[in-house]
Amino acid sequence: MSTTARSLPFPTRRPRRVLPGFGLTLGYTLLYLSLVVLVPLTATLVKTAELGWGEFWTVVGAPRTRAALALSFSAAALAALINGVAGFVVAWVLTRYEFPGRRLIDALVDLPFALPTAVAGIALTALYAPHGWLGRLLAPLGVTIAYTRAGVVVALIFVGLPFVVRTVQPVLEELDREVEQAAATLGAARARIVARIVLPSVWPALLTGFALAFARGIGEYGSVIFIAGNMPMVSEIAPLLIVTRLEQYEYPAATAIAIVMLSISFFVLLGINALQGWSQRRLGPGGA
Amino acid sequence: MTDVANRPAAPPRRPRGLARGALIAAALLYLGGFLILPFAVVFTQALARGFSPFVDALADPAAVAAIRLTLTVAAIAVPLNLVFGVAAAWAVAKFEFRGKSALLTLIDLPFAVSPVISGLIYVLVFGAHGWFGPWLAAHGVRIVFAVPGIVLATVFVTFPFVARELVPLMQSQGRDEEETALSLGATGWQAFWRVTLPNIRVGLLYGVLLCNARAMGEFGAVSVISGHIRGLTNTMPLHVEILYNEYNPTAAFAVASLLALLALGTLLARAALESHAPELRHASRQAPAQTATRTGAVA
Repeated sequence: MSTTARSLPFPTRRPRRVLPGFGLTLGYTLLYLSLVVLVPLTATLVKTAELGWGEFWTVVGAPRTRAALALSFSAAALAALINGVAGFVVAWVLTRYEFPGRRLIDALVDLPFALPTAVAGIALTALYAPHGWLGRLLAPLGVTIAYTRAGVVVALIFVGLPFVVRTVQPVLEELDREVEQAAATLGAARARIVARIVLPSVWPALLTGFALAFARGIGEYGSVIFIAGNMPMVSEIAPLLIVTRLEQYEYPAATAIAIVMLSISFFVLLGINALQGWSQRRLGPGGA
Repeated sequence: MTDVANRPAAPPRRPRGLARGALIAAALLYLGGFLILPFAVVFTQALARGFSPFVDALADPAAVAAIRLTLTVAAIAVPLNLVFGVAAAWAVAKFEFRGKSALLTLIDLPFAVSPVISGLIYVLVFGAHGWFGPWLAAHGVRIVFAVPGIVLATVFVTFPFVARELVPLMQSQGRDEEETALSLGATGWQAFWRVTLPNIRVGLLYGVLLCNARAMGEFGAVSVISGHIRGLTNTMPLHVEILYNEYNPTAAFAVASLLALLALGTLLARAALESHAPELRHASRQAPAQTATRTGAVA
């Protein structure tokens, strides 16, 4: 209240801050941000610094750690790639075609954002297990999903599914279709129009969606652990290894793996920012 | 898979109908296998043995305790992040200051952190070997493996939801209306309650909805910090895991079906809000990308 009163009474000729509450709201924002986010994250960094390089590399270089990190990253990349292709098709279908149930499907795309990951995990396991609805169909083809690395990818496809659809969809909606029509009247084939006109415009959004799904997949835990089988060196993801180390009270090991994951997520985030800057320069403000 | 392909794929009407039909079928196949069937299987598994095991699983004292804890945690975490979100949006949207883009990036940070790590950082601060661990133990305060830790981890993972919903909304609305109210003699609080709040009402509700869904459903962060004490520190998602690992899938899916209904309710409420205020659609739909845009544009 005192802050609100202070900034009011002396209006200068061109008041820079007419509205009150700047100090109060920014102060509270910074305080809360520090308490909830910054102090705990700093504590993690300090804890790692206490480790020293030697111990840090012993943990990170251990075959089991390397295998877990490699699985988390490769499965996240593969799932994001699949979501990139399929997500583009879904976004295309949702923006360009009218069909019964389109609005319902459009709403359901966000389900992975809303469905708790543990629920997704047991549901996917039930579905893709050898006796599940889909597992039963895949078993005769020799395809086993549940309790293998493929299960990790399936779970990550689920959690990353909305990202590409939701970044590409608005761009497709805004796309000027007269250009496509002009190309068509000039005799361009449909496939050529998509490759030469649609894809270049959508490309930055597609890459952003890919990166977001990838970043989410690296850290995902709940949906994966039920379907993965969690065999060390084979189907054990990095977040699970952190939990295992914690349960064995090996805090330095857990922290070291966490730091590797945090720094890589940080670089992915930087990459996403750079992609966004690129897409803005290409399409102008509001284009992405 | 076949029953998915036969779903509503529309009959081709125009000459290009073949590509169109194939694309729609491909989209439905993909969404069916990775989205719709997983959702449906929750309910069929929950009711696989009929209705009474379903009810028994939910009436079990441990399940009731888990439901109560989940509601309690959400009832604390969501209001905290709501107040923060409004304060942050007011500061960011109504004023110009240095480091704004850095602040927005920091607000988004919890979304980039693995849920497991979100729990870990609080163990490192408040756990027995953590910074404040010895002091807390000496004063008999339990945070890790207790309800306060669960609340903290939940606050962390749901931290950006309300703020990221409100910042773009309030930025687009500018400050003219509030300035007019002030020039007509309103106080700052009056301008906020009577001008700003009605303007951001729908966006606020929207953010709270998403924040709540995540708060009730969070698994990884809470799992690390809770210690899994049945009846005491077990939330609904953790209870689902315990039941599932005890080879009691029917009960696990029964509790899971409540969470699935929460998710469905969240999406329906969201759709209803969007039809109410269409401008919300893009603002929030692509929130992650958009926030990246904001930060990337300046950084």
